[in-house]
Amino acid sequence: MAEMKLIGGYPEYMRESIKKVEQTRMKRKDYTPPAFTPEEQKEVLKLHPDFAPGGKRKLSIGPNKGDKGPAEVLDLLEAYPLIEEKDVDLSSADYNTEILIIGGGLAGTTAAIWANESGVKTKDILLANKLRHGDANSIMAEGGTQAADRPNDSLLRHYLDTMGGGHYANKPDVLNALVNDAPFIMQWLLKLGAIIDREENGDFLEKWGGGTSAKRLHSCRDYTGLEEFRVIRDEFRNREIPCIEHYPAVELLTDGKGRVTGAVLWNIETGEYKIVKAKATILATGGFGRLHIRGFPTTNHYGATCDGVVLAYHAGAKLRDIDTVQYHPTGAAYPIQIVGYLLTEKLRSSGAQPVNKDGEAFVFPLEPRDVEASSFIKECYVKEKGITTPTGLRGIWLDTPLIEIKNGEGYIDKAFPGMRRMYNRFDIDMRKDPVLVFPTLHYQNGGVETDPWGKTNLDGLWVAGEVSGGVHGKNRLMGNSTLDTMVFGRRAGISTAEYVKNNNPTLKLTLKHTKEYIKQLKDAGIKTKRRAPILLPDYRGKAALARMIDVFQ
Amino acid sequence: MKKKMSIMDRIADSAKSVTTGVDAKDIEHWVTIYVMGRAYEVPADLTILTAMEFAGYKFVRGVGCRQGFCGACSTVYRRKGDYKLQTGMACQTRVEDEMYLVQIPFVPAEKAIYDIEKENYDVNVILKYYPDIARCVSCNTCTKACPQDLEVMDYVQAALKGDFEKAAEESFDCIQCGLCAARCPSELVQYHIAQLARRMYGRYEFPEPEYLKKRVKEINESKFNKEMEKIMKASKKELEKLYAERERESD
Repeated sequence: MAEMKLIGGYPEYMRESIKKVEQTRMKRKDYTPPAFTPEEQKEVLKLHPDFAPGGKRKLSIGPNKGDKGPAEVLDLLEAYPLIEEKDVDLSSADYNTEILIIGGGLAGTTAAIWANESGVKTKDILLANKLRHGDANSIMAEGGTQAADRPNDSLLRHYLDTMGGGHYANKPDVLNALVNDAPFIMQWLLKLGAIIDREENGDFLEKWGGGTSAKRLHSCRDYTGLEEFRVIRDEFRNREIPCIEHYPAVELLTDGKGRVTGAVLWNIETGEYKIVKAKATILATGGFGRLHIRGFPTTNHYGATCDGVVLAYHAGAKLRDIDTVQYHPTGAAYPIQIVGYLLTEKLRSSGAQPVNKDGEAFVFPLEPRDVEASSFIKECYVKEKGITTPTGLRGIWLDTPLIEIKNGEGYIDKAFPGMRRMYNRFDIDMRKDPVLVFPTLHYQNGGVETDPWGKTNLDGLWVAGEVSGGVHGKNRLMGNSTLDTMVFGRRAGISTAEYVKNNNPTLKLTLKHTKEYIKQLKDAGIKTKRRAPILLPDYRGKAALARMIDVFQ
Repeated sequence: MKKKMSIMDRIADSAKSVTTGVDAKDIEHWVTIYVMGRAYEVPADLTILTAMEFAGYKFVRGVGCRQGFCGACSTVYRRKGDYKLQTGMACQTRVEDEMYLVQIPFVPAEKAIYDIEKENYDVNVILKYYPDIARCVSCNTCTKACPQDLEVMDYVQAALKGDFEKAAEESFDCIQCGLCAARCPSELVQYHIAQLARRMYGRYEFPEPEYLKKRVKEINESKFNKEMEKIMKASKKELEKLYAERERESD
């Protein structure tokens, strides 16, 4: 059989649905479906993967014993550590540092700069990366960064929007820190030379985000995270702060009494381990998209495997809000090569409308993400008004041509070069045709609990960015994640700097906590071959895997 | 009777080729690719990255975001019968039959060290840190190598002339994969040059909006502390009410 014939990137049967979208487009131009009432929101949320039956169980060990969480996350928390004390020589350290930062995305890199800025010498900081410095979700953030800086906006509004979006589960003091520092972070980015979208009069070009009551989203085209990260990494490199790549942490070190004293790093290419002794350790390892919770595709980078939460939990850190997962409403659903990839929310805040197979607008485009995503699932699987792709996925149209009808020709090229480029590679012209979308696994809402300075319940351990929990409650708003990384990266950098200047703790290096963890697993009757952290997902072909043998071991 | 699948199970089932790897039995169309010279049969609709995974490679290098943003998976390839070397990102390039490929996961290019705060916004900054830029022979090899289809040579020329605006605008979508530098016969480091040009432009071309200055000053003067302390103590019920009643700014 020949491969399917495509017209402008789409097979003929999908073209028929696109025709219907075209027919209703001018009518929809000035019509937006009303936002849901709180009751309607509650109703549609029953279809959300977090609330749909199944997929969760109760955690059986550790400080959060009894809490519910996704089975895929609990599988890693109820797994045996990769190493035990007998596997490594802890009698001396390969790196003796004041501050160890694990994870070099926006949070970790920002932490390093601010630790240095706060007086810690560069030689006393070490940034360790699992892959390259910058292989992180940060660099893929498209939409923008929230900061309540305009005169008619306020910290209070930003707080309230985030609290409502997070279903009132956000930790107040941490959220207060987020909104309070946001304008300063924008100022810092400007000082570093980040190029942020502007109006002609020099004001920031600020956009709506889903669930916001004011326009406070600052973007850099649709490469916001890339631009923010590029300048921050460049600044980090100019300061010549020590940095090692392809060295994931496989376990934290403790003194055996609850203080974190460093980590065991592992050369992912050669397999050799390194012992790092540190007065303060910052976990900035990001989230868990690559666990494909409930079988969803993801927007996340290759290394997003929940490592930080697992390591912290082994050492005795408290978690919170791990029961909820963010699914971004608009992941690509077609073509197959880009399934799950992020289509920024900014497309909707610039006028693109979600539309079903009959060309009907069926939902307010900027509901909070969980509500919007649930309404797409409803349209596809309850109302049966989705479009099925040649590989069997369902999706709804995101009517991108409306963007240029509303903002003028040339707007998409200017504001969404990344999106344009991605679709062009598959012969789809998003200026003229809609694109097919479906919710995709996007963000770890919860994580390791912290205070407003990133400090955990364990001495010597801080967290920053997606690995932490509390600031976003049960559902993060758009534009609050890049903000989170920089606000709490900076705070963790300042806080650890202050700590290492004023404290000189005895740093015993042990893996006693793993022994204790194994005992807990055994006492809870958990018999499994699972080991964690997993470090990387596995996408190898089944046929190749079936014939693999290891002769070097 | 077969048990009816739940919505969640149906969604998971439809996406399994993406989430757990491709199963050979689901594939109709196949192509042959040569990874560093060795032939593998792979499904025709995969990218270079996913095709190599299908063939049994577990990447520990040469992969990052998997979506075209990070520049980790630079790949050089040649089509059979064609003399020309093509470049692309493995995660963004679909496999083709008879494609010969190798990944270039690292470029040993040197980045200059500078302090952006201490520089003057003048045309000589680029030449000061990257004097090699004057060696550009305008051959356009860099432009042809760019997987983002940027006009690399044009931004290098603009940077050489001290035209920060053009250098920044033209290089803005750079993912710093380094393929330009790897291919350049004059051994420039285009992507590092562009980084310096963009930072100079961003730092010195745009004044800070007055309202931002004002807001940071207000925060430093603790102007909002009272109302924030109050709301931090609000009950869930009070918050729900405030949230429902909050005004939405007009469009």
